[in-house]
Amino acid sequence: MLSIKNLQARIGDKQILNGINLEVKAGEVHAIMGPNGSGKSTLASVLAGREDYEVTAGEVEFRGKDLLEMAPEERAREGVFLAFQYPVEIPGVSTINFMKTALNKVLQARGQQTLDAVSFLKVMKEKMKLVDIDQSLLNRSLNEGFSGGEKKRNEIFQMAMLEPRLAILDETDSGLDIDALKVVANGVNKLRSSSNATIVVTHYQRLLDYIVPDYVHVLYKGKIVKSGKKDLALELEAKGYDWIKDEVAV
Amino acid sequence: MSKDNQVLEEFTSREYEHGWTINIETDSAPKGLNEDIIRFISQKKNEPSWLLEWRLKAYRQWVKMEEPTWANVSYPKINYQDLIYYAAPKQKVKPSSLDDVDPELVKTFEKLGISLTEQKRLTGIAVDAVIDSVSVATTYKSTLAQLGIIFCSFSEAVQEHPELIQKYMGSVVPVADNYFSALNAAVFTDGSFCYIPKGVRCPMELSTYFRINAANTGQFERTLIIADEGSYVSYLEGCTAPMRDENQLHAAVVEIYAMKDAQVKYSTVQNWYPGDKHGKGGIYNFVTKRGLCFGERSKISWTQVETGSAITWKYPSCILKGDESMGEFYSVAVTNNYQQADTGSKMIHIGKNTRSRIVSKGISAGHSQNSYRGQVHIMKRAEGARNFSQCDSLLMGDKCGAHTFPYIDVENKSARIEHEATTSKIGEDQIFYCLQRGIDEESAVALIVNGYAKEVLNQLPMEFAVEAQKLLALTLEGSVG
Repeated sequence: MLSIKNLQARIGDKQILNGINLEVKAGEVHAIMGPNGSGKSTLASVLAGREDYEVTAGEVEFRGKDLLEMAPEERAREGVFLAFQYPVEIPGVSTINFMKTALNKVLQARGQQTLDAVSFLKVMKEKMKLVDIDQSLLNRSLNEGFSGGEKKRNEIFQMAMLEPRLAILDETDSGLDIDALKVVANGVNKLRSSSNATIVVTHYQRLLDYIVPDYVHVLYKGKIVKSGKKDLALELEAKGYDWIKDEVAV
Repeated sequence: MSKDNQVLEEFTSREYEHGWTINIETDSAPKGLNEDIIRFISQKKNEPSWLLEWRLKAYRQWVKMEEPTWANVSYPKINYQDLIYYAAPKQKVKPSSLDDVDPELVKTFEKLGISLTEQKRLTGIAVDAVIDSVSVATTYKSTLAQLGIIFCSFSEAVQEHPELIQKYMGSVVPVADNYFSALNAAVFTDGSFCYIPKGVRCPMELSTYFRINAANTGQFERTLIIADEGSYVSYLEGCTAPMRDENQLHAAVVEIYAMKDAQVKYSTVQNWYPGDKHGKGGIYNFVTKRGLCFGERSKISWTQVETGSAITWKYPSCILKGDESMGEFYSVAVTNNYQQADTGSKMIHIGKNTRSRIVSKGISAGHSQNSYRGQVHIMKRAEGARNFSQCDSLLMGDKCGAHTFPYIDVENKSARIEHEATTSKIGEDQIFYCLQRGIDEESAVALIVNGYAKEVLNQLPMEFAVEAQKLLALTLEGSVG
């Protein structure tokens, strides 16, 4: 589904990604871990098409297409979803209104029938149950005055609505207490299927107790320095990142 | 970021949609302004002598007045002798019913989405259509007459209801109130008149639609709304003009008189031609709008969505004379390219326990300048008066300006006044968030701007709100920086 080859990127004069290689197949969950400043969020942003980052080398293929050639909204319509680390507030625009606009844009781009208000609400009600979110939250201005947990839950709700092929969760666990973490992870798990894939970007292992990855990759100084199965995450938890740093240095 | 600017350019270069002209034969006065021209207008309109005298008095005052320069706008000096002060579409006979109206005129309004013909009329809205200097048609007149509501052109009211005109015209906006109101009083040619009798709730929206068509012509219309005790009316005003390279002057006066327990809601969607993207052409919109809450517990509410005009100079105001009366002002003013807007409101509290509310949302894009200017004046006698003002500015791009000039005068210690102001930019983060969900940049801007202006748009009647939303999106498409 996703094939990243030698991806390099910078912001301003600062080189952040130094040649990332990653293969993600449908049905898989990959965790990207690493210390602060290793380039985790940059990778997520580059995949979503954020313009602050300049890709200096490498290729990214998504379902046979050149992802880097696509505008951010085209990527979204192709099925790339980014759950933001810091979801923005849009005053005066309810989540419902926002999602209706987004979903219809996506459906339209895919040549599918757009939804009228009634059928949209029907779909929305189903997805609300899936991620355990209250409609009163969705009637409010997007993310305005939401708690950290509400914002993250709202991201997962949007993911449920848009049914992406590739979901990238950027530090979705940051700022969540354990109960909120469980709810969010539960939502993600329900959305997993053999036809979609998930990349979980996280600093801590604890999210991976709930969203169990097939593969774990350790990012350090803009490169994947170690890959393994679920145990790698536990090993990192036990030994800390210094162990990896030492290993790379040798 | 450079890409953002590029999209901004594309967005802002959107063309004005109502810029066409029609070929209607017009009957017009020669260029220039003097007492003879005023006599000519008055005679054309077959006016009683008291009205001619009133005009001449206004003219004599105007000649002695200076054009105001305090507004935060700049434009070359207007040559008032180079304008035409009267232009009327030539109609062979005076139409006795809508069926007799020149089909070209009917077509004009149909092109604007306003149908004057019986079958296709917007349900629930009565329209007075004004083209250049005169009203061409008023719909639903007889239906309204059954309730005792008078809704007609100003000229007709002068003929049919001179006692009301004589009593109320100039009672809210005195002739010499300002330079443009004096000019209007001298040369006004038509407009709308409305009287709602005691205790009547007007069952439909009343609407005036203004269209400037002829070249080099100033448009000076007057609207007078009188709401008798306990009555209610919702009034809408819309306007467009052709694209012309020269600037055109529009100096209107709107007066609202609300008696005890009466409520008037006045909504405007202003879409005069704003000039091209280099700032050439466009309407100078110098308008005086004022409401008098004369009676106890009366209420006047102004809602405006200002998207057009090269220059806007407009401060819909309320004089809160009756005890416990209430004034409201809700405004969204958008400027793009080289547009300049200096707009806001005045709330004059005279009566006890009077309340007022100002919600102003400015949006500036391109090279435009957008100013809010407002005054809240609590007079000595206004025990327990309250005001809440909120002035927000939204900037798009880095070449535009937003300014706020609030003036507060308090002469009574019991007054409670709150003023809130914010300035924000449409963030790249907000845009990217929308893009990431599959929403293109244009729709993202429309979404964010409509969200920002929601509190004001919510005040508009349904049909108007939809039009206003589209207009906002059109005016601002691509203005992201």
